[in-house]
Amino acid sequence: MNGTVGASGLILNEPLLWEKGRKGRRGMSMVESGVPPAPIDAGLCDEGPDFPDLSEIDVIRHYTRLSQWNFGIDSGMYPLGSCTMKYNPKINERMAATPEIACAHPMLDDASSQGVLRIMFELQQFLAVITGMDAVSLQPSAGAQGELAGMLIFAAWFRSRGEKRTKILIPDTAHGTNPASAALCGFTPVPLKSGDDGRLAVETVAALMDGETAGIMLTNPNTLGIFESNIRAIAEAVHARGGLVYGDGANMNAIMGIADPRKCGVDVLHLNLHKTFSTPHGGGGPGAGPVCVVQALEQFLPAPRVIRDDSGYRLADGGPSSIGRLHAFHGNFSVLVRAWSYIRSMGPEDLKKASQLAVLNANYVKERLKGTLHLPYDQPSLHECVFSDQFQHDHGIRTLDMAKRLIDYGYHPPTVYFPLVVPGAIMIEPTETECRDDLDQFVEAFKAVVQEAADTPDLLLQAPVRAKLRRLDETRAARHPCLCG
Amino acid sequence: MRYLPHTPEEIAEMLAVVGKGSLDELFTSIPADCRFAGSIPVPEALTEWQLNDLMREISGSMTIEPQHSVLVGAGRYQHHIPEIVRSLAGRSEFLTSYTPYQPEMAQGTLQGIFEYQTLTARLLGLDVANASLYDGASALAEALLMGLRVVKKSRRVAISRAVHPHYREVVASYLRPTGYEIIELPFGPDGRTDLSPLAGVDGLAAVALQSPNFFGAMEDLEQAATAIHASGALLVAGFTEPMAFGLYKNPGRCGADIACGEGQSLGLPVSFGGAALGMFACREEFVRNMPGRLVGETVDLEGRRGYVLTLSTREQHIRREKATSNICSNQGLCAMTAAIFMASLGGGGLRQTARCNYDLSEYLKNGLIAAGAVPVFSGPTFNEFALRFAGDFTPVRERLKGKGIVAGIELGKYYPDYTGCWLFCVTEKATKTILDTVISEVRG
Amino acid sequence: MKELSELEFPETVRYTEDHEWAAVDGETVRIGVSDYAQDQLGDIVYVEMPEVGDIFEKGDEFGTLESVKAVSEIYMPVGGEVVAVNEALIDTPEMINQDPYGAWIVEIRPNDAGEYEELMSAEDYLDMLRG
Repeated sequence: MNGTVGASGLILNEPLLWEKGRKGRRGMSMVESGVPPAPIDAGLCDEGPDFPDLSEIDVIRHYTRLSQWNFGIDSGMYPLGSCTMKYNPKINERMAATPEIACAHPMLDDASSQGVLRIMFELQQFLAVITGMDAVSLQPSAGAQGELAGMLIFAAWFRSRGEKRTKILIPDTAHGTNPASAALCGFTPVPLKSGDDGRLAVETVAALMDGETAGIMLTNPNTLGIFESNIRAIAEAVHARGGLVYGDGANMNAIMGIADPRKCGVDVLHLNLHKTFSTPHGGGGPGAGPVCVVQALEQFLPAPRVIRDDSGYRLADGGPSSIGRLHAFHGNFSVLVRAWSYIRSMGPEDLKKASQLAVLNANYVKERLKGTLHLPYDQPSLHECVFSDQFQHDHGIRTLDMAKRLIDYGYHPPTVYFPLVVPGAIMIEPTETECRDDLDQFVEAFKAVVQEAADTPDLLLQAPVRAKLRRLDETRAARHPCLCG
Repeated sequence: MRYLPHTPEEIAEMLAVVGKGSLDELFTSIPADCRFAGSIPVPEALTEWQLNDLMREISGSMTIEPQHSVLVGAGRYQHHIPEIVRSLAGRSEFLTSYTPYQPEMAQGTLQGIFEYQTLTARLLGLDVANASLYDGASALAEALLMGLRVVKKSRRVAISRAVHPHYREVVASYLRPTGYEIIELPFGPDGRTDLSPLAGVDGLAAVALQSPNFFGAMEDLEQAATAIHASGALLVAGFTEPMAFGLYKNPGRCGADIACGEGQSLGLPVSFGGAALGMFACREEFVRNMPGRLVGETVDLEGRRGYVLTLSTREQHIRREKATSNICSNQGLCAMTAAIFMASLGGGGLRQTARCNYDLSEYLKNGLIAAGAVPVFSGPTFNEFALRFAGDFTPVRERLKGKGIVAGIELGKYYPDYTGCWLFCVTEKATKTILDTVISEVRG
Repeated sequence: MKELSELEFPETVRYTEDHEWAAVDGETVRIGVSDYAQDQLGDIVYVEMPEVGDIFEKGDEFGTLESVKAVSEIYMPVGGEVVAVNEALIDTPEMINQDPYGAWIVEIRPNDAGEYEELMSAEDYLDMLRG
């Protein structure tokens, strides 16, 4: 492993919060009210929660040590397919933390809130023109809630037309959230098989699309990184039977300024701002999943949205057709500010270039690893590529073992075992913010792991050995859940 | 562009490796009729310095500045946030990591969320808490859907009209396509929910109350729990101000089966309502019906304590259309922030801060009553309360704004019957001087 | 995962295409999952079971088996009323991995004895697995 980025440093142990501290310590300044204590009904009161009492330095060391057990994009390459772990610009953090923005109260009038409303208004417009759609709601808090919004819009559309549709078509390459979101809205998912070329065929869709089917949910480019080149004909087949087309825009980062979802025939599309527009994933969130629609569906969007008139920017309530609110206020506003800041920093040319370079990087890695790893769909692909562990089976090595060994080399593993259409999938998405040197180093590391799989498979079966912990017992965690200390 | 590392030479070399003549050739799989026409119509790129200037212009158009005293709550609360919370939660190892799918590389996030779950369960007085949901409003909708899964053959839920109006709208959005019925419960002159319309209602899954409720009033959750359990339904205790549980009995102690609400008060900026934090806890027997992610304790190959995502078979990526929720992400960094805040505050600090909120709030309430205002409701409150004034309060509020104080919001927009009534919020950030200014302005 | 030759298929029970087994025990029938099913699923971490008194038709889903990353529905080999569930599986679901034919899941009083007779013998089941 000489010359690789993976090395072990001094990692410090740290107990759980409540295993340290001492009653009476404080980690923050306390305020004296300066007014006399007011009487209170003791019967309603309690002694308060059993939290540990810690000093400021106790808290600082605790979380600093925890953070050092974590790997982020700022630490190194994070080629998780379908997750788009691109660099999260620091200036975006500063924009979101601007004091006047961070203290904006959402229950005050529009006149007090012109600045934050302007950011929302501009972002609505930017997302509309990037996707080719007519109208945007920023309210959904994450991609899955954006999908839910989309399915609620489907349900509302058919309700408004007095139609009862109960099914929805979902390809086998879809994200798991698709069927769950559809089911919440009363649609039974009908699975669609993609073809041997990793694409959906028009005939497959046309055969199942009937008057009881609300439409189709599809991801384009799909989770194999392949552009659904039949999409226009598929959309026509769906529209011909009165259905709607939902586009999961999770992979918009591959096609900004290159493909136009509107022209593809998409009626509703959600975006993941934490993927395409560089906002940080925060170890699981907050995300943002704006939903974009064509004009005929605008009336159904979640409300309120921001409009602009002679008096400036203001929040407009939805009409009677709106699916209503999905968030107490306006979604994860501070995430919206970061995405706005990214788009303002990139401009039209670099947004397009980001997509081009994301695709170049993925194709470069695919080309350099093909032969080393099995490539089940050797098709032109865009921002990500999917390999499998088939070549390693003879050595008793599986995808998981290679993934764990990559950790020792200093890389976050790719997405594994997804999409489900590829057994033992290894899904690599380098993103545009990795340079060629780093891609080369990653490829060499992966090749070294594959060589070890043949020569010294035990190294992989035992991996990781350089992380703070070895492999964790997930069976034990699930059999006897300990969720609370 | 500084985020894109490729030099023209590298691009050329890489294209040669993949056998393409140009960047455009990478996209030949996209049919011509699906192509984007022209350049994306967004404004030209700004330098970092130009962006700073633009933000200065935008923030300058905000009429409420950080030094203003905002005596408004109604779902978002201005509390002191210590610098260590901002500094630690901003560490890039937390900020720029993904969902902890590879636990060996994410023990920081995982232990941090396990601690968040534990502190949340203790704060709310219940057995288990999840890794968080989007916000208090969607958490309430998820809680009611969970109630409908837990209580067999149920088809109705009830929700108090004293629950935040926006939360009720979100619940309606989530439940509309399901066909389940929502019963709205009125509130009495004490500002507390009247459960009497539930007599004789069958098929009831859950009853949602909020305490402190939208008017700041503490519901009598203990009495409600007894009545609701007698009907076979679950008590869902919502909240928008968790700081109250430093002083008042927590939902679990009062008999709630599920407690859920907004955690913004715990170290997150108001930030126009987001990023938010949906806190969610329940009794252990319901854990397999819970929505959202869970972190659990286990050991590694060498027997050392560690943490993993667990009970994932409830979730969408495995159970697909039969999942307990479609939720995929949580509000990871917001949950971590709240845990850091709770750790900084400690049990004693939370009690002291909660008490400070109560005392200051009572001081303003009593001062305004002495100045002629009338309380709209008679029940006990925490840091918010509603008042009616003899004359029009609007000009008084305008004068206060000139003195850097934003005093209250009017209730008529949300409850037309209460037009002319004002809802105030006082936290530990308010000082006696500020409250005296409000009182004397009202006295005139 | 094991080869078929390493798995056990006793002739004292009958099998379904969905890999459940059924065994007559006096008036009642005990139901579990085959060695093949437990091997495919891997470490079982949770068993979701019906309640005593629940009534099912042949082929109805009556519960689920969960491993860390998969959920598998289990279906009634014969119709009837549940008279007992194996409470021991609540705390020790791994019994199904260790002893699939000892670890019964539910016991039912069948509606129609003929349904049992229609189930596969060990030999037929093995033929089906061999494809």
